[in-house]
Amino acid sequence: MNVWLEKQRHLIDFTLASLARRKTKNLGLLLAYAVLVFVLASLALFTQALRTEASFVLAGSPEVILQRMVAGRHDLIPPGYIEKIGRIRGVQKQEGRLWGYYYDPVVNANYTFMARPADEVASGSIMVGATLARARGLAAGNVISFRSYSGKLFAFKVSAVLSPDAELLSADLVLLSEADFRAFFEYPAGHYTDIALSVANPQEVRKVAEKLSTTLPDSRPILREEVLRTYQSVFDWREGIMLTVLAGAILAFAILSWEKASGLSAEEKREIGILKAIGWETSDVIRMKMWEGLLISLTAFLLGFIAAYVHVFYFGAAVFEPVLKGWAVLYPRFALVPTVDGLQIATLFFFTIFPYTAAVLVPIWRAAITDPDSVMRA
Amino acid sequence: MRRPSTLAFMMLALLGVLVVLIFAHSWQLTVTDQSRLLANRALVTQLGLTDLSLFSESRYTRHPSQADLHSALQDHPGAFDHFPTGSLISPPAHLNKPHERLAGKTTSPD
Repeated sequence: MNVWLEKQRHLIDFTLASLARRKTKNLGLLLAYAVLVFVLASLALFTQALRTEASFVLAGSPEVILQRMVAGRHDLIPPGYIEKIGRIRGVQKQEGRLWGYYYDPVVNANYTFMARPADEVASGSIMVGATLARARGLAAGNVISFRSYSGKLFAFKVSAVLSPDAELLSADLVLLSEADFRAFFEYPAGHYTDIALSVANPQEVRKVAEKLSTTLPDSRPILREEVLRTYQSVFDWREGIMLTVLAGAILAFAILSWEKASGLSAEEKREIGILKAIGWETSDVIRMKMWEGLLISLTAFLLGFIAAYVHVFYFGAAVFEPVLKGWAVLYPRFALVPTVDGLQIATLFFFTIFPYTAAVLVPIWRAAITDPDSVMRA
Repeated sequence: MRRPSTLAFMMLALLGVLVVLIFAHSWQLTVTDQSRLLANRALVTQLGLTDLSLFSESRYTRHPSQADLHSALQDHPGAFDHFPTGSLISPPAHLNKPHERLAGKTTSPD
């Protein structure tokens, strides 16, 4: 075993000395390789962190949201609707929600207004999201007025600004009392925007949704699992867009590395010829080149992955931020919780290391089995 | 003088240890991260939120999970944005232009 290990170490020593003779070329390749891994790993880490964060926090959202559809569009829930749901078995709690949108011409942004019970937000007061507060320069105790869609001016006192840690969920949120909400939007009494349902047994959620569709044929139940799936697909397609943009660069690198790995330079051919002439076995030459491929690709992978982790979780993915995060007038500031998907990284590891190491072997084997004399003369 | 292979192994071992630390770091959430995530989940439960507040330009980007299914410009939640919000286009310059924030500083309601 020791003899085998010592032999491998000598091969690695020789390989490194050989790489050092073509230092600029090999360092350039290592850098390009590491940058490619960095880009792909940054993308994977960022989208995975967003997906994980979304699925963790939205796991607390209502089990079923029931909308009413009129002519294919979302419409208000009329009085009597909630009572009908109460008769469906399995529904533990149903609550009419009141929420809507308001365009604020001062900052050219849309806000989400949401009614809360009087014990949470007093009449005449509002609670606002931290991003909105920043955009309008608001703090607790300030007074702000909004002109409603009917043209009336409503003044509200800011009772609190929601935690900046929750910006990802509440950037544009304005919480106000039900009475204020109805007065501001002139919402008809007894009507709601939609209904949030909680189902006692998670196994019964689909059954309850079926019953809702039968009892209220003009309704559209949205299950929590659909909400979670939506966010998976939203971030999947953002990742997909970025990969499409990068496809050219990935292909260019594949061609570069294939060219480097599969085409032997005259100098490399002469080197192999000399090694064969002084008594190296074909298998030794192949092993030496295999070590070369493995050392370059492994170093590039590790460097690229570590740099990507630091870039995403300590520098906010600054390089790809505009593409991965997108933009909005009221864009939340948020830090992602570090998450690494082992399978995703293993896939990246396989697809960056294996092809290069394999591509190195074919031309070496071809050169190593030919006569040393003809290789050296070539 | 050290053999080149020793140096290479040392460098790979160092990088390997860093990768192991990264995995350990990501698996073991810090107390701050954990309490932030739990507080956010509690907020979602309390307010009955359904969506992340990322793109507030249109209804179907603010609440993609609640978007209408089949009406024009309100396609299914996984569809590509029609609005520039959340897309690859950068925001128009006037939205980034800094201006004096007077809100909250005036004596009369603004």
